[in-house]
Amino acid sequence: MSAIAVAGLRMRYGERDVLHDVTFQVEPGEVVALLGPNGAGKTTTIEILEGFRARSAGRVSVLGEDPGRAGEQWRARVGVVLQSWRDHGKWRVRELLAQLAAYYPDPWDPDDLIAAVGLTPQADQKVRTLSGGQRRRLDVAIGIVGRPGLLFLDEPTAGFDPSARRDFHDLVREFVATSGCTVLLTTHDLDEAERLAGRILILDGGRIVGDGTPVSLAQLVAGDDEVRWSLGGERFARPTGHPARFVHDLYREHGDEIRDLEVHRSSLENTYHALVRSAEAS
Amino acid sequence: MRRALRAGRSRGLIELRQSVTNGGDLVNHFLWPVLMLATLWFLRDRSFGGFTLGPLLVPSILGMNAAMAMVSMSQHLTADREDGTLLRARATPHGVTGYLTGKLITISGGLILDLAIFLVPALLLIGGVGTSAAGWAALAGLLALGLLATLPAGAVLGSVITSARGQGLLTLPILAVIAISGVFYPITALPGWLQGVAQAFPVYWMGLGTRAAMLPPAAAAVEIGQSWRHLETIAVLSAWAVAGLLVAPIVLRRMARREAGSALASRKERAMQRTG
Repeated sequence: MSAIAVAGLRMRYGERDVLHDVTFQVEPGEVVALLGPNGAGKTTTIEILEGFRARSAGRVSVLGEDPGRAGEQWRARVGVVLQSWRDHGKWRVRELLAQLAAYYPDPWDPDDLIAAVGLTPQADQKVRTLSGGQRRRLDVAIGIVGRPGLLFLDEPTAGFDPSARRDFHDLVREFVATSGCTVLLTTHDLDEAERLAGRILILDGGRIVGDGTPVSLAQLVAGDDEVRWSLGGERFARPTGHPARFVHDLYREHGDEIRDLEVHRSSLENTYHALVRSAEAS
Repeated sequence: MRRALRAGRSRGLIELRQSVTNGGDLVNHFLWPVLMLATLWFLRDRSFGGFTLGPLLVPSILGMNAAMAMVSMSQHLTADREDGTLLRARATPHGVTGYLTGKLITISGGLILDLAIFLVPALLLIGGVGTSAAGWAALAGLLALGLLATLPAGAVLGSVITSARGQGLLTLPILAVIAISGVFYPITALPGWLQGVAQAFPVYWMGLGTRAAMLPPAAAAVEIGQSWRHLETIAVLSAWAVAGLLVAPIVLRRMARREAGSALASRKERAMQRTG
């Protein structure tokens, strides 16, 4: 059974359709990114799956249940990393984690979890004194404290500097590798989707316009890789599906005359922009 | 569910402890009682209908403060919704149950503390107030009934009012109700129609109940009908309790259902615009 199965999901606010006929599945153990520009409907989609928002139409199953009707036992199996703001600012890190752990049947030990997310030095600090990155680590700890089978991450690194973002990605990857937890994350950051997810769903204008691994998506539009070189002062560039063979042949033909050799993989970025552009044009 | 109730109890105790170890919260605890003590000091020797005002004021202010639990419940709910605490509870199994359990403990505990901060100096300051063991028991019973009457109603208010600004506006009608509820002078000094309005709210009845518990029987002479009206007090407060307990779960459930990250994000944006 799929961890998440969505078919014909529609969401309408007043006269405006935010989601049209969204259909996708996520299998157990997969890490899937829902990627799209701002206003694409990512947050609406994930909030419907989290059970925080009622949908207008369509079938949705999350861990075998309809999130719109699922009870508290279902809730205990689903981890949600919220876009936090300033809640529980007066609480100390360990205190808050212990409090939230107390609702679950088989929670992490708060101290172990604090160590796992690298907050041991801050364990007795008040939450409001944490930096943005530390606060987000705490949010992840809260999301996984009940050992969920499925974790939702909504825009997990919005507002991060590059090094905090890299640390955060390492944390999530390590968690996924050790727990086998299924993850659905939303992001508008292509690089983040590529680094974290095994599969990417591109959502634009309320529709899924792309679905595949980062590599297969990249090939979808750009297709071939590109080899660039210069020879006798002149520059060349050729697309190819087999760059290694192409370079081999090139060397056999010209030997050490070849200068400035570069192989460019077809880029996910090109695909993404192409898909979003064509979705917006239609 | 039992896990959530236990977690809620510890949540309430932790928040109560935070409220007495944190500078800003301590100011909140002391500000109102100290203002009331000052008022009491200035008005203590005035007289009304043959009684000095001081002894009348002590129980009246006590009753009014108890009724204000409604306001703090409402403020807590709005603030917790605005900063995401409630959404966090919603993302946790039985989290809203735990949250509300905690809130009841935090607010009732905080109220008892506030009442003590006022009452202990007030009893030392003003002679002629005091009560028997039976009076204290009546006071405790009244306080319990008062909390039942005001906390669910406060939860309803807090669910309906979505912003800190809305909570600020709420202060005006609250002050108006206090002004006509016979706290600072006997209600019989007011025109009849205002007396009627005041009797619809718990502030008047809490004040009447505390006076009944703490003052000598003769003091009933300045009350409506020259009586403590015990039965009416119990009836009106019970009616508030029943109405609140019936309406609050429906309104709270509806409010919690609407809580989502995007709703939080838009409130965050609004709040940033206000402060920035």
